[in-house]
Amino acid sequence: MQYFIQQLVNGLTLGAIYGLIAIGYTMVYGIVGMINFAHGDIFMVGAFVALIVFLILTSVFAGINVVLFLLIMMVVAMVMTSLYNWTIEKVAYRPLRGSFRLAPLITAIGMSIVLSNFVQVTQGPRNKPIPPLITEVYNVGGISISLKQLVIVVVTALLLAVFWYLVNKTALGRAQRACEQDRKMASLLGIDVDKTISITFIMGAALAAVAGTLYLMYYGVVSFSDGFVPGVKAFTAAVLGGIGSLPGAVIGGVLIGLIESLWSAYFSIDYKDVAAFSILAIVLIFLPSGILGRPEVEKV
Amino acid sequence: MSNGPLLQIRGVETFYGNIRALNGVNVDVNAGEIVTIIGANGAGKSTLMMTIFGSPRARAGQITFDGTDITNMPTHEIARLRIAQSPEGRRIFPRMTVLENLQMGASLDNLKYFDEDVEKVFTLFPRLKERITQRGGTLSGGEQQMLSIGRALMARPKLLLLDEPSLGLAPLIVKQIFEAIRELNKTQKLTVFLVEQNAFGALKLAHRGYVLVNGNVTMSGSGKDLLSNPEVRAAYLEGGRH
Ligand SMILES: Nc1ncnc2c1ncn2[C@@H]1O[C@H](COP(=O)(O)OP(=O)(O)OP(=O)(O)O)[C@@H](O)[C@H]1O
Ligand SMILES: [Mg+2]
Repeated sequence: MQYFIQQLVNGLTLGAIYGLIAIGYTMVYGIVGMINFAHGDIFMVGAFVALIVFLILTSVFAGINVVLFLLIMMVVAMVMTSLYNWTIEKVAYRPLRGSFRLAPLITAIGMSIVLSNFVQVTQGPRNKPIPPLITEVYNVGGISISLKQLVIVVVTALLLAVFWYLVNKTALGRAQRACEQDRKMASLLGIDVDKTISITFIMGAALAAVAGTLYLMYYGVVSFSDGFVPGVKAFTAAVLGGIGSLPGAVIGGVLIGLIESLWSAYFSIDYKDVAAFSILAIVLIFLPSGILGRPEVEKV
Repeated sequence: MSNGPLLQIRGVETFYGNIRALNGVNVDVNAGEIVTIIGANGAGKSTLMMTIFGSPRARAGQITFDGTDITNMPTHEIARLRIAQSPEGRRIFPRMTVLENLQMGASLDNLKYFDEDVEKVFTLFPRLKERITQRGGTLSGGEQQMLSIGRALMARPKLLLLDEPSLGLAPLIVKQIFEAIRELNKTQKLTVFLVEQNAFGALKLAHRGYVLVNGNVTMSGSGKDLLSNPEVRAAYLEGGRH
């Protein structure tokens, strides 16, 4: 039982990171109807920026507060990934808007390769480690919960709440949903559709940067290829939760995280990804629009 | 304020691919007027309404609003000059509530006058008030039409474009809407540019009217004159909805 709960805790942590990445997939899909395949690499770039900031900070100011460290890493990573994603949208996706459906998808795969190769060339192909930032581990009735894990879950919950509020209760969120539902009508009401789409890419990138920083803190290591697998899993999470739904993205992320850690614990660690994707396939057979996907009740 | 017409359309040509939908259209709408366009299905009426917003864009000719050339302005900037439209097909945001749809209408002022203006819309269409939390996509056709007009009014427009506001509405509601347009025009000097299938009602309401045939304006004149014009009567009124 203890072992089981321990795996739940680990799965939840992992799932929170997937969830943060998944929000970016889901928001962008919602507004432009495309899968931004480069999003996983944006996450990886975020982790690298955090790493570089960490190295600079430790060489300049030894021994400042860890919380401050993490905050600075996160903020710089958010700014940098926002810039990357904003640029990618502007130069690679926007000119293709309105062309055939596969064009942006193919471009997105291209952008994903560009980003990972760019990092491979500039940062080298090897894993980049950092020393552990947070080492506290609590023992709660035989289950060890690390402070890192708490930080990840709390940050995710907080950001989900903030983004849910933004999308559902603010003028910006209304404009985003309007562009999602009828772009032309939104522009007839004075909404700058291009700007709204740019902001959506920036929001997704910022969350991916947070996920990247947390990932680096959790595993203590990152490599140029780390965009791919977590990216695909986060994408799976977004589909599982119901693409277009914010809480769905996080629920999907947590589910994937849990399946992965429970499967590795009880069955075979080698097949954990197979398990995650099989469950995705099964869920989609019975719930084609995902767990929280929008029910198609509209009149035409 | 310029001295010319509020909206001036000169020699506008609009294409869908290679198909010409508007063929050198000239229309003036003066401040304070109600102007209507009548024409058969496919004449190009909705195309003209959308071309004013640059979507699709005019390939030739010029459109000016309040002295500003808007022919090549981005659509959202045209809207910001306070031109509002209740477009063909209503285009209600289906997964937003009635309230949110109305809030979208008030985007230009960041909801500054929302409470005040929404009360006016509810006075006009009490039905919307009852359905305030219902999602737009689940409203009836007539309710969507009311919401579309209400949403356009929320923008505090200087020029209101209405594309077939009477479509799908019960005769009594149509009468109310036409009455409301007349009232807004009289009391608030709202300028209205109206497309209608209901030519009789539209010509009675409008100060002036244009007849559009296959992308060309073939006739224009005061609402009264057009109503009594034998050609107009034959083509658009006899046997039509009186
Ligand atoms: N998106 C489009 N692509 C191609 N052709 C179009 C498009 N929209 C309209 N058309 C064509 O342009 C012409 C004018 O259409 P428009 O919708 O402006 O007519 P309308 O006068 O509003 O008709 P109705 O009274 O039926 O609404 C029609 O022949 C129509 O088929
Ligand atoms: Mg039409």
